Amino acid sequence: MIKIWSMKKTEEAAAKKKPKTSAAQIRVQKDLTELELPSTMKTTFADPSDILNFTLTITPDEGMYKGGCFDFSFAINTNYPHEPPKVKCIPKVYHPNLDLEGNVCLNILREDWKPVLNLTSVMVGLQYLFLEPNPDDPLNKEAAEDLRRDRDAFTQNVTRTMKGGSLRGTTFDNVFKR
Amino acid sequence: MSVAVEAPPAANGASSSSPQYPDQYYYVDQILDRPGPRTDEAFSAGDPVKSFLREQCKILVIGAGGLGCEILANLALMGFKDIHVIDMDTIDISNLNRQFLFRPKDVGQPKATVAAEFIMKRVPGVKVTPYYGKIQDKDDDYYMQFNIVICGLDSVEARRWINATLVNLVDPENPESLKPLIDGGTEGFKGQSRVIFPTISSCYECSLDMLNKPTAFPICTIANTPRLPEHCIEWASVLEWPKVHADKKMDTDDPEHISWLYKVASKRAKEFKIEGVTWQLTQGVVKNIIPAIASTNAIIAASCCNEAFKIATTAAPFLNNYWMLIGTDGVYSYTFEHEKKSDCPVCGGETMDVEVGKGWTIERLIEWLTENQKIQIKKPSLSLGTKPIYFQAPPQLEESTRPNLEKKVHELIPEGGEVTVTASTLPFTLTLRLAFV
Ligand SMILES: [Zn+2]
Repeated sequence: MIKIWSMKKTEEAAAKKKPKTSAAQIRVQKDLTELELPSTMKTTFADPSDILNFTLTITPDEGMYKGGCFDFSFAINTNYPHEPPKVKCIPKVYHPNLDLEGNVCLNILREDWKPVLNLTSVMVGLQYLFLEPNPDDPLNKEAAEDLRRDRDAFTQNVTRTMKGGSLRGTTFDNVFKR
Repeated sequence: MSVAVEAPPAANGASSSSPQYPDQYYYVDQILDRPGPRTDEAFSAGDPVKSFLREQCKILVIGAGGLGCEILANLALMGFKDIHVIDMDTIDISNLNRQFLFRPKDVGQPKATVAAEFIMKRVPGVKVTPYYGKIQDKDDDYYMQFNIVICGLDSVEARRWINATLVNLVDPENPESLKPLIDGGTEGFKGQSRVIFPTISSCYECSLDMLNKPTAFPICTIANTPRLPEHCIEWASVLEWPKVHADKKMDTDDPEHISWLYKVASKRAKEFKIEGVTWQLTQGVVKNIIPAIASTNAIIAASCCNEAFKIATTAAPFLNNYWMLIGTDGVYSYTFEHEKKSDCPVCGGETMDVEVGKGWTIERLIEWLTENQKIQIKKPSLSLGTKPIYFQAPPQLEESTRPNLEKKVHELIPEGGEVTVTASTLPFTLTLRLAFV
């Protein structure tokens, strides 16, 4: 059998033994403790000792979604950062890139995820969706069509639905009540 | 046409061959009986090396699938005689085209058990010990008994787990605790084999960002403009399953779940006039099955076993440390040394022994850290295992961990406890091993 230990002696690294903390856990600790969130974003941990599951609240201070509180659930599994965090929008929102089940169309949450990205990238990406709804990548086709056809009418729909109003038979959640 | 094969001479009484096949190891012995120009200094030709390989060396094979079957057969034929194998799967009919240790009668049986029996029946004198279950079921003592570990897995998660386990196993006081890990992987015509000396050379986690990520389609394409059968299947699994089944989790090993997805995907495909949704494709997409090519598995398994043989015998230099095979466009292969990452969360970073006074509070410990010239750290965040001790951010976690600042270190952390420290000024993770004085 090869004598690896003699190789090891020459290595500075030899003297250490790592703790049993999972790589995902360490990476999430690094991501979270280095978050520098603007005042429009806030994280809430239902159980502060479980850092893998939390809620992000985005309160846009500009754009047509200004003033609403949009909660997103984050669930990070042990395969992070090989796999992206699982993110869902909790309230029912009229938005071209969100569907009524809370699925989010954001490229870095699926096809463009890379392990070098981090939680900040995802949060910034989510906030951007409220500043610039993108009718070209629709999840809610009707909302995308509305935005493309008549921006003013779309904005009116946004205002109405954010108050808990209905549109074409669907009732949306009031995102102002706090 | 005739092929002349040199016949081995009559039995020479080689110690450990079986009575049925006295010349079982004739060809392998050609390599082990005398040193060659490339053998290591430590090589002890003849009986010592043969007895290590055949009587002492204990090797663990993780995975008894496409790669695993090849690895087990190679190891047994090379003269490894104490082989253990772990696999959590049972045999599916679709495995039989390449997982050659299995027969139609074995469908439904555990892969590890059937593979072990097959090898033992076919290669006399070899003992294969199967374990039908997960690698996570086993503890450090179990892994400690092996000399070498070979992985033939298709799961990133399982590889990350075994890699971290073997890195953690390394005890600076005990040379035996360092287990060479040989990792093989294939994806269609591509594959790689690599040799990892935990804590010494680049580990699996170090190269995580080199991995091909699983194919994912934009969710808006799936929702609105499907063009491929895969889009319809993802629509069924990603969007329709949670909508219809609410909190019931999808189990990709449950044939009823696959059938439901297949039905829903087929309906969607029909609506969009897309062809090609089949039951097999549905299973393949949701389980993220990459087409396996028997010959790629054979090449990669052969490379892994050659490395195991060279490491066990020192008959020739081992791979340093990454061999890549690309068979998609002709045959291309490339060997290089993948470098260890200093910020690797598994093998990188640094460990410091800290002597903590009995009266120290967490705040005092943090102060000590920030004043320490050697590490130059600003705003450190501390945790013990999965439990935050003090986090600088985000605000809620800072608030909920702030009361800990006042607490005595020994109230929160046991003697010898290992604290994970991260900080934005720290490009790697720092581990503190505490001793109370
Ligand atoms: Zn590493």
